[in-house]
Amino acid sequence: MSSTKQRDDRRAAWWFLAPVLTGFAVFYGYPAIRGAWYSVTDYTMLSTPAFVGADNYDKLVHDSQFWRSLLVTIWYVVLNIGSQTVLALLVAALMHRLTRSVLLRATLLLPWLVPNVTVGLLWMWLLDTNLGFVNHLLTSLGVGPVGFLTDATLAMPSIAAINTWAYTGYTALLLYAGMLQIPQYLYEGASIDGAGEWRMFRSITLPLLRPILALVLVVSLIGSFQIFDTIAVTTQGDPAGATRVLYYFIYQQAFSYFQMGYASAAAVFLALILGILTAVQLRLLRASTSDLT
Amino acid sequence: MRRFLGWAVLGIIVVATIFPFWWMIRTALTPAGDLLTDNAGLLPREPTLINFERVLGLTSEAEARAAGGSGAHIDFARYILNSIIYCTLIAAFQTLFCAMAGYAFARLRFPGRDLMFAIIISALMVPPIFTLLPNFVLVKDLGLINKMAGMVAPTLLMTPFAVFFLRQFFLSLPRDVEEAAILDGNGPWGIFWRIALPMSRGPLITIGLTTIVWAWKDFLWPLLVGRGEQNRLVTVALGVFLQQSPNTQPDWTGLMAASTLSVVPVAILLIFMGKRLVQSLNFTGSK
Repeated sequence: MSSTKQRDDRRAAWWFLAPVLTGFAVFYGYPAIRGAWYSVTDYTMLSTPAFVGADNYDKLVHDSQFWRSLLVTIWYVVLNIGSQTVLALLVAALMHRLTRSVLLRATLLLPWLVPNVTVGLLWMWLLDTNLGFVNHLLTSLGVGPVGFLTDATLAMPSIAAINTWAYTGYTALLLYAGMLQIPQYLYEGASIDGAGEWRMFRSITLPLLRPILALVLVVSLIGSFQIFDTIAVTTQGDPAGATRVLYYFIYQQAFSYFQMGYASAAAVFLALILGILTAVQLRLLRASTSDLT
Repeated sequence: MRRFLGWAVLGIIVVATIFPFWWMIRTALTPAGDLLTDNAGLLPREPTLINFERVLGLTSEAEARAAGGSGAHIDFARYILNSIIYCTLIAAFQTLFCAMAGYAFARLRFPGRDLMFAIIISALMVPPIFTLLPNFVLVKDLGLINKMAGMVAPTLLMTPFAVFFLRQFFLSLPRDVEEAAILDGNGPWGIFWRIALPMSRGPLITIGLTTIVWAWKDFLWPLLVGRGEQNRLVTVALGVFLQQSPNTQPDWTGLMAASTLSVVPVAILLIFMGKRLVQSLNFTGSK
């Protein structure tokens, strides 16, 4: 009985899996191998790739532009994740203690629904040096027009701020969903004992939220490392490479200079960073689901 | 007092969330020539719809140029339609196929099941940029550049996350209903279509909606393979439009009109599916 059942499943399973396995093989497995292969060739999209050993990696290690782009990316990640997480925690905690309004949550989600390209354009306009609303406001306060996206020191913080605007609501809602799982009686008890809001946040919300917070942080980190759209629209890596993040570096090598081999080597490097982060994420995801079931 | 302070902070955040959208619409309604002088009030002094008309391709070249455009042909109605087709195709097929696979990984018994699943999940660790370059070459070699088929190909059949998420859900379904259906003579297909799918409406909608949102935001891939006018998505079109600006100063009124149009469909989605969308965040928590 059990052996016939197993045979039946096997046949059905192939049909169930056929589309996904095809998609996986053609657009994930095969290109992953091909990408690794490109990274040890001199492929330029115009010629057939020829094996060059570790040349691309050697060049990468000695490419100051590459190291700069790594530093710029890390700078962005620190700025963006820092501001976004603190703000999102604040918003989530306030909602958690004050309201369950779906309208409010939907409003906060709006920037996340909008394409990054639109967000980039919108803020490029608001921050425009000559006509932008923000500079209009600053000038009327007597501060001068500020070149948010054209000044080498300000460009990266400005981009981090733009993406903080776009993703804080989304992050806050994820954290808020985590907070809803914290039993209400803990707060009631603490409040009878005379604990203030800040005290409750520190000794109830934050510790109990930790698994979710860690997960959300890792997910945001992975996203942050892959920032591209906003920069492609607003600064295109300028001024003078101040916003040329790794993703943009790879994109330029591949599609402006057609150095597919070199770009792939840089992509392998980024993949290593993100691979480690994703492995951490999967562990956390398992941990948080096993807690709930 | 404390509560008042809390609400005040939330109020500021809501204003900061909404205001940029308001300014976008406000700019879109302003005549291009007034931008320098009319930049303070919440409403333009002389509101106009010309910017919307010209980005929808409803004006002649001369009219568009007179209103601040470059005169190059643009038709955002078409780009938005393209984006809607792109999102619908991807969301519908990806959700169905990943549900099938998720069900097979959760319920069917066949050799190599767990290994296969582990390999698929390991693809979560590969960042899109890594497969993007070879996929671009592949789609180019297949002659699918600037075709909808090439644009949707990499995500139409699957994403590892959707397989992971839906398998997780099917694992949590109570087994006894399915066992009863087996006794009634149903095969795996019958159980999947008649029992498992109807029981998973919530998670399916969650995956479908998140897929729509992400597909709507897609930029780099469609930029590489779908720049051509015919299948150009709204995000790509915005990028192209920015580059077409006539002078040193971008065509802000036109760009804001086009940006507004790019927000309308997701705003509609939010109005009708807001509750679903908000709830969907309760369980994905990823991606």
